[in-house]
Amino acid sequence: MNRSIVLNVFVFFVYLFFQVLILKNAVMFHVAFCFLYIGFLLLLPVETNPLILMFLGFALGFSVDVFYDSLGLHALASVLIMYARNYWLAVLTPQGGYDANVLPSLANNGAQWFMTYSIPLIFLHHIVLFYTEAGGFDYFWHTLMKVLASTGFTLLAIVLVEYVFPGRRS
Amino acid sequence: MERIFLFIYQFRAFFTFLLLELFCAWLIIQNNQYQGAQFFNSANSFVGGINNFSQNTRDYFSLREVNSVLSEENANLRKLLEQQSQYIVALPDQHKVDSQVVNRFDFVDAKVINNSIDRYTNFITINKGKAEGIVPGMAVISPAGAIGKVKLTSNHFSVITSLLNTDLRVSAVLKRTGHFGTVQWDGIDPQAIALNFIPRHVEPLVGDTVITSGYSGVFPEGILIGTISEVELSKEAPFFDLKVKLAQDFQKLSFVTVIRSNLLHELDSLEQHIPEMKK
Repeated sequence: MNRSIVLNVFVFFVYLFFQVLILKNAVMFHVAFCFLYIGFLLLLPVETNPLILMFLGFALGFSVDVFYDSLGLHALASVLIMYARNYWLAVLTPQGGYDANVLPSLANNGAQWFMTYSIPLIFLHHIVLFYTEAGGFDYFWHTLMKVLASTGFTLLAIVLVEYVFPGRRS
Repeated sequence: MERIFLFIYQFRAFFTFLLLELFCAWLIIQNNQYQGAQFFNSANSFVGGINNFSQNTRDYFSLREVNSVLSEENANLRKLLEQQSQYIVALPDQHKVDSQVVNRFDFVDAKVINNSIDRYTNFITINKGKAEGIVPGMAVISPAGAIGKVKLTSNHFSVITSLLNTDLRVSAVLKRTGHFGTVQWDGIDPQAIALNFIPRHVEPLVGDTVITSGYSGVFPEGILIGTISEVELSKEAPFFDLKVKLAQDFQKLSFVTVIRSNLLHELDSLEQHIPEMKK
């Protein structure tokens, strides 16, 4: 148990610094952003307490915000998907339920399940993030394009990480 | 009994959620206001230090280009200086101006350590701060043109509101005709900015130069903003829709100059009487 906490703290910082030092500069065509850091939040164990989930979402979002000079923005979106996550996981429960202490990962549940799980949450995160940043619906279509392009880019990055470091049972 | 606990437990999650989201919303609103949150931004020394390291690494890839831009600017400045000193020698005594007006602007050079261009509200972080006399409200320029306005400062770093920020408006002049308007970014193309409030009787042309007006007292007069790339006039609109191609490519920003306007207080304290003079 202790070992997994230490490991998770380490992974937290790896995701954070990879996001703010490297992916911050990787913007394609001025519309596609990569917010790989939410992969850390999506891949926390299924049975994690929702309070811990939300506080982790807040901590990671807030840390990213400090580097992006957008105080509260990423924290807002991350807390929202962390709140929605457990309800969504309950909807997607496979036949026979989740095994104890399992990660909601691609390796454990298959590609189709993982897409159904992650795409709506990434999309929700990006919608909240970009429309809040735009300060409303003034730039509706341009913002929507950013949301869609970024959802694709982020999903691609998360899936790639899943293949390189398959998240098996912790 | 267990159900009641479960119920309370679920409610607790919801309230925590609400509380956290309200806190985030408060932070966002605070941050949008001028000089909002003072510590949690890229001007604090820890984040600034990390950005500095990251930018230093990136700098190696653009050294050659930066060098050539800087030496070009040096040559231009030397030429200007020589011209000015020739003028001054030629001037009779009564034309010599007040030294306070001549020295109304001070310049501090700084290095960009963090920059974004793809959001609606873009900011730039530089490696000079309060210790070098930078305060919020100062103008920032680059060798090519206007950059933005200082928003926050810490001891050794400052955050600048970039021209590519939908909240920033800068007073500008069409150089050829002398009509003034306001430039403001529309949030879409990082190469172009909109020039508003040019009335329909003016005839702006593609290629016309747009410079800062100096009316706000923040920017010195005549700093290049860009050249007009698109002219549109819809029926019955009182003003033109003008697109200005920015002189500075914000993606390649590496060195900037912060301008302190020494007479800004005098200008502001004189102009604050204007609203009282309505009659």
